[in-house]
Amino acid sequence: MSFVHPNDGFPMTRGPAVGWARLPGPLPVDHAWVDDASWRALCEQWHAQDGRLITLWGSDERPAGLGFVVHAVFTYADAWHWISLATPGDRPRFSALSDLFPEAARLERALFDLLGISCDARDKRPWLRHEAWGPADFPLRRDFTQAAPVPKEADPYPFVRVQGAGVHEIAVGPVHAGTIEPGHFRFSVVGDEILRLEERLGYTHKGIAKRLEGMGLTDAGRLVGRVCADSTAAYAGAYALAVEAVSACAVPPRGVWLRALLWERERIANHLGDLGALCQDGGLAFGHTQFGLLKERYLQTQARLFGHRYLMDTIVPGGVACDIDSAAISDMERECTALLEATRRLRHIIDDHAGLQERFLGAGRLDRTRARALGAVGLAARASGIHSDLRLLWPSPPYDSLKARICLQEQGDVAARVAVRFDEIEESARLIRVILAEIPQGPVRAPCAPPKGTLGLGAVEGWRGPIVVAITRTPECARHHVHIHDPSWQNWPLLEHAVLLDLVPDFPLINKSFNLAYSGHDQ
Amino acid sequence: MIAHLLVRQTIQILFVIAMAPLLAGWIRQCRAWLSNRSGAGLLQPYRELFKLLRKQPVVAEEASMLFVATPYVVFAAMVVAGAMIPMITTRLLLAGAADAVALAGVFTMARIFAALAAMDLGTAFGSMGARRTMLVGFLAEPALLMVLFTPALISGSTSLVVIVHDLARHGVILYPSMVFAAAAYVMVTLAENARLPVDNPDTHLELTMIHEALNLEYSGRYLALIEWSAAIKLLVYIGIGAALFLPWGITQGPGLAGLPMAYALLVAKLAAAGTGLAAIETLSAKLRLFRVPEFLGTAFLLAVLGLLVRYLFGH
Repeated sequence: MSFVHPNDGFPMTRGPAVGWARLPGPLPVDHAWVDDASWRALCEQWHAQDGRLITLWGSDERPAGLGFVVHAVFTYADAWHWISLATPGDRPRFSALSDLFPEAARLERALFDLLGISCDARDKRPWLRHEAWGPADFPLRRDFTQAAPVPKEADPYPFVRVQGAGVHEIAVGPVHAGTIEPGHFRFSVVGDEILRLEERLGYTHKGIAKRLEGMGLTDAGRLVGRVCADSTAAYAGAYALAVEAVSACAVPPRGVWLRALLWERERIANHLGDLGALCQDGGLAFGHTQFGLLKERYLQTQARLFGHRYLMDTIVPGGVACDIDSAAISDMERECTALLEATRRLRHIIDDHAGLQERFLGAGRLDRTRARALGAVGLAARASGIHSDLRLLWPSPPYDSLKARICLQEQGDVAARVAVRFDEIEESARLIRVILAEIPQGPVRAPCAPPKGTLGLGAVEGWRGPIVVAITRTPECARHHVHIHDPSWQNWPLLEHAVLLDLVPDFPLINKSFNLAYSGHDQ
Repeated sequence: MIAHLLVRQTIQILFVIAMAPLLAGWIRQCRAWLSNRSGAGLLQPYRELFKLLRKQPVVAEEASMLFVATPYVVFAAMVVAGAMIPMITTRLLLAGAADAVALAGVFTMARIFAALAAMDLGTAFGSMGARRTMLVGFLAEPALLMVLFTPALISGSTSLVVIVHDLARHGVILYPSMVFAAAAYVMVTLAENARLPVDNPDTHLELTMIHEALNLEYSGRYLALIEWSAAIKLLVYIGIGAALFLPWGITQGPGLAGLPMAYALLVAKLAAAGTGLAAIETLSAKLRLFRVPEFLGTAFLLAVLGLLVRYLFGH
């Protein structure tokens, strides 16, 4: 597997002259304050030259006299670029990105729901706001004091109508027949064929960003690790990296390596669960039971060695809150061997099962061009043949010495996403073995000084894709804002495209093959 | 004489109603064992029925009489079907009504009521389930009729009693035509009873459901009746299969002496068929919905082949 840099062959220019400043931390992050004109010019240039939008958010910096600030992070050329645009005045506006980067559309709508910063995008419907607050209330503004949701009249939310003979709509959720998370899916179908799918999310919005503003940066790790429980290690890791960037804290090498161990374990645990669920949705209960058994054993090992089945609270700013001894190392070694043997046998069974392959192959196909245009990230992007993996593109310690290999598939269907999961279990098990063999000795945690800097960014390749945490501080008035970005923001829209012309009864299988976050997205 | 017939008939009806949940529990238990789980035990369906029967049902305000009446109609239809199959003895009060074509009609009536009731509330899932149920039904019914016509051709009558009497009298003879018919019958049984690979009885995903989507709006005793009728339907289908393809052990005599043996044999046949069904379900994945017509088309083709073999070669 060879690695091709996405920007090969493009002239590397940075565009309008703005003052870039390199932020501390393992990632090469450059930050700049921009004005309206250079905001737009930079975005256009990055769009033309294959830059990727990582996240878009806003913060209320009126106490510091900056008004409302819109932030966006891109990867382009050999660095991460974080641009901030101050929009003074009571009716803040900025120039929309969604015409260039479609994945920004929902982020822009959320930005208005939370802060009232509007843009010139066409879609003005709310995204995160349901009935918990009114259309003129903006919960992330510092002067918003409503403590509990005040139920309001539901606004009409017009879904896009599909016209034609025999077309009808199926509304699914947010309350489902099974015990699953809430999301609304509006299908326009002819018979059982899907002509259009429109998602509506935001039902699990808990106001975590607002709560984090009132917590100390060093204490908030526990809360960030609970935004999305299946990715708790990645969330806590990204948050720790961001806090370490603003407090100039150096994590001891053993702590850095242990973090990678925890992230890879989290990836394996989730992939095992997903493969089982995919078998179940395909109707093969046998596979569900077998993968369920493997995952359960894996989680029990985690509870025994790290104190929590899902690894909560193991990663903290400054390092990790757990350590492994030689017994634990040989325990995990044996576990790797047994796990690989079991998953390889199951993979043979699944690959040879004609009925299951019939369900997997060709279902929910998302080709590379479309995935690229929509800004796909993480596992879903890799299944469509896109090189998207922070561990390879921006290898920070210990991945720079681990040399992770990318797991790519070209077809972009359910079978490809299954294959990527199998490959990644193999690869993560390999990485875990290297970590166990080469982990440096020493302390696992360094004390974190009180934060001094103003900006910090941390990113971790979680099992779904990159989880990004950005911290903005205003030291003069002792305020901060924490932005947490889940890769599901980029990948939920992919699902709307992947199911087109598939059958309604195949939707649950296709949805499961992406398995995107509700809680991580809605927050 | 009439008293004897009445006793046999009553015992058979009670047997069918009482044993159906046990058969469902047995199949679930076999599936659990086959996928390395310990399972909930044979009596779990009874516990679930008991739980549902005690619960207060919730009925939508828009529901018409049809919605409330359907569980009773479907249950009654299944009990009638169970009553007239000569799976234990050919001497039944309702034996005269046990006609192959009439039997298919009883099943169809139950299906039509279930589909209408599902559409009664106007929910998306009910209509979707009704549509899919009718799709499966209209493909499965001709195949079922073709399967029944092969033994009818052998014995010269569409009466199940005459068929069973005739086939059992011949002793152990392998009719090639009946092998085709039996294969087709297994496929029809899977489709008609919402089993894998056509439908997944364990699914909680409303978009993939066929049979379950019909029942989403039912609760309490209505749901209990629907679940119970589904279990009876499966028992009846296996009973028909046992009567047509393994008619040995079905008592023909007028006395009651042969009955215990006949019942024991039927239980053995049900248990064996349940194990086979669990094995099929464990090994297969669910078909893509638009492959179901191909599946049932194959069943129809096999049944017609059986008929042709009988008709052309007399085997």
